[in-house]
Amino acid sequence: MSVDTQPLLRAEGLRRHFPVRNAFGVTTHTIKALDDVSFDLRSGETLGIVGESGCGKTTLGKMLAGIHKADAGRIHLEGTDITSLSVEERRRIAQRLQYIHQDPGNALDPRWTIGRSLDEPLAIHTALSRPERLARVGKILASVGLPESHLDLYPHEISGGQQRRVGLARILTLQPRLVILDEPTSGLDVSVQATILKLLRALQAEFQLTYLFISHDLSVVQIMCDRIAVMYLGRIVEIAPSAELFAVPRHPYTRSLLSAIPRIGGRRVTDTFTLEGEPADASNLPSGCRFRSRCPQVAAVCAKQDPALGPGGSAHQAACHFAGETPGGGHV
Amino acid sequence: MKSVPTTLRQLMRDRSAALGFFLVVLVVVAAILAPWISPHPEAVWDMNPANRLKPPSRTWLFGTDRMGADIFSRVLFGARITLMIALVAVGASLLIGVPIGLWAGWSEWWIGEALMRVSDVFLAVPQIVLAIAIAQTLGPSIENVILALSVTYWPWFARLVYAEVRALKRETFIEAAIALGVPPRRIVLQHVLPNVASPIIVRASIGMGFTILTAASLGFLGLGAPPPAPEWGRMISESREFLPETWWYALAPGVAIFIVVMGFNLLGDGLRDVLDPRLRRSHDR
Repeated sequence: MSVDTQPLLRAEGLRRHFPVRNAFGVTTHTIKALDDVSFDLRSGETLGIVGESGCGKTTLGKMLAGIHKADAGRIHLEGTDITSLSVEERRRIAQRLQYIHQDPGNALDPRWTIGRSLDEPLAIHTALSRPERLARVGKILASVGLPESHLDLYPHEISGGQQRRVGLARILTLQPRLVILDEPTSGLDVSVQATILKLLRALQAEFQLTYLFISHDLSVVQIMCDRIAVMYLGRIVEIAPSAELFAVPRHPYTRSLLSAIPRIGGRRVTDTFTLEGEPADASNLPSGCRFRSRCPQVAAVCAKQDPALGPGGSAHQAACHFAGETPGGGHV
Repeated sequence: MKSVPTTLRQLMRDRSAALGFFLVVLVVVAAILAPWISPHPEAVWDMNPANRLKPPSRTWLFGTDRMGADIFSRVLFGARITLMIALVAVGASLLIGVPIGLWAGWSEWWIGEALMRVSDVFLAVPQIVLAIAIAQTLGPSIENVILALSVTYWPWFARLVYAEVRALKRETFIEAAIALGVPPRRIVLQHVLPNVASPIIVRASIGMGFTILTAASLGFLGLGAPPPAPEWGRMISESREFLPETWWYALAPGVAIFIVVMGFNLLGDGLRDVLDPRLRRSHDR
């Protein structure tokens, strides 16, 4: 594999099962939060991860960030297996791979000023002197569009949009390669959302960032991402370049998600939405395909065999027995 | 942590907390200035049978005891012993309990859990019973009282810090620090400890009152500082032979204990309202 085609990040068979114990500490069953997730992330691209709540998006992000440990599987960053590193070495990886929490206000120590929070990553990971660190913090603060006077404020004294900018600034001080964004626009009103998305774009260009963009908001993902992976109950069920996924979704779950996007002048969502019921219990998955209990196209084979992502090597892969033959006629 | 002036200002807004603060300051000032404000500093330790058991008067403000010593002066000097015992005992409990709580709460290693079970044993038995057992075994002296109180009080801090750390560990900003690659030692000392400082301060203040009460009880039982040290608990104990005729003998040290314990408790309650993060919001707005 040449240097050019080597992915920035490669996830292989990531698995995370949470044991559920009864009163006597005996494991009765396991919740499969992540079940055999693999994908590549190329340098400079934005990969969207979408899915319902509880599908394992956040678990995946936190696992890549080193907050959760993987029960099985490997994560390679620029060719190095970071799952087998010592605790000390893994901590140093944080310089290149950063994670932004869903709730940036709570991700800042409430007793620390913004300035101190921004200085912390530099104090840990670099040997810069205090004035050098201050200069760098000042520069980053300007790129995320915050005035320097904010350095002396506390997290609760600034707005949600500003907290997000601080969250971005905090990780950008280290100039990482890969940034995992967990629901970067949730809880913001639409105008602030737009400015944050624009800022994310500008920062990506300025600092040559690669984004893993976790969101449940399909319209945001559509604007932001080069490729999109759709997750369902701990597994990627479809992954494809953005435009293609929206034009010809192959997995019935993706199709139902797309039909759920409200559209001005389009058909009512209640008419086109095909999904029924709740996702299956993650601790008690059905046999065969995990989507079959809600799938409109369920067949006999679905109960027997768990479909794998395919076709291998292709840019557009789906985990459905009928992915090749299902009607690809778009979503509206 | 809030700045000290802000905390004080908010404390003064609460009437009972302000009273507690005032009482504590009063006792501390009395203890510091004892040699200067005492009218008969020489009559604290000396035997003076001629002045035995005099009722309160202009010369003997709170009367005199069976040795003819000035009770007012003895109460003033007693404040020094009392505060010293409480400060050292609570300080030692902090030094033992806080690191154990931090470590056990953060690491969740079985040794930490085992230490917490040990602290459960301490908490299950009333402190005074354990303290009596220890002081009795080691013999009556101020050092042993301090030792007995420290050994029996640290579990309160360990338990408190342990619970706070366990809760904090799930906070997003701690998780964010982990994701940022902050070493655990730094997370615990710079993020966790400052965030548990408030409950520790509150517990320490209430603990001062509690410890003073226990120390006085030990003194009353004859397990505290040996005579002729002006220890409040023992002064009350001595007075029993002469009650009820010499009512002033027990009154002054009794009121002194009451004042200092109430002062620390009111102050602790007030600090809890001002500092405790779970109540802070309602006070700020």
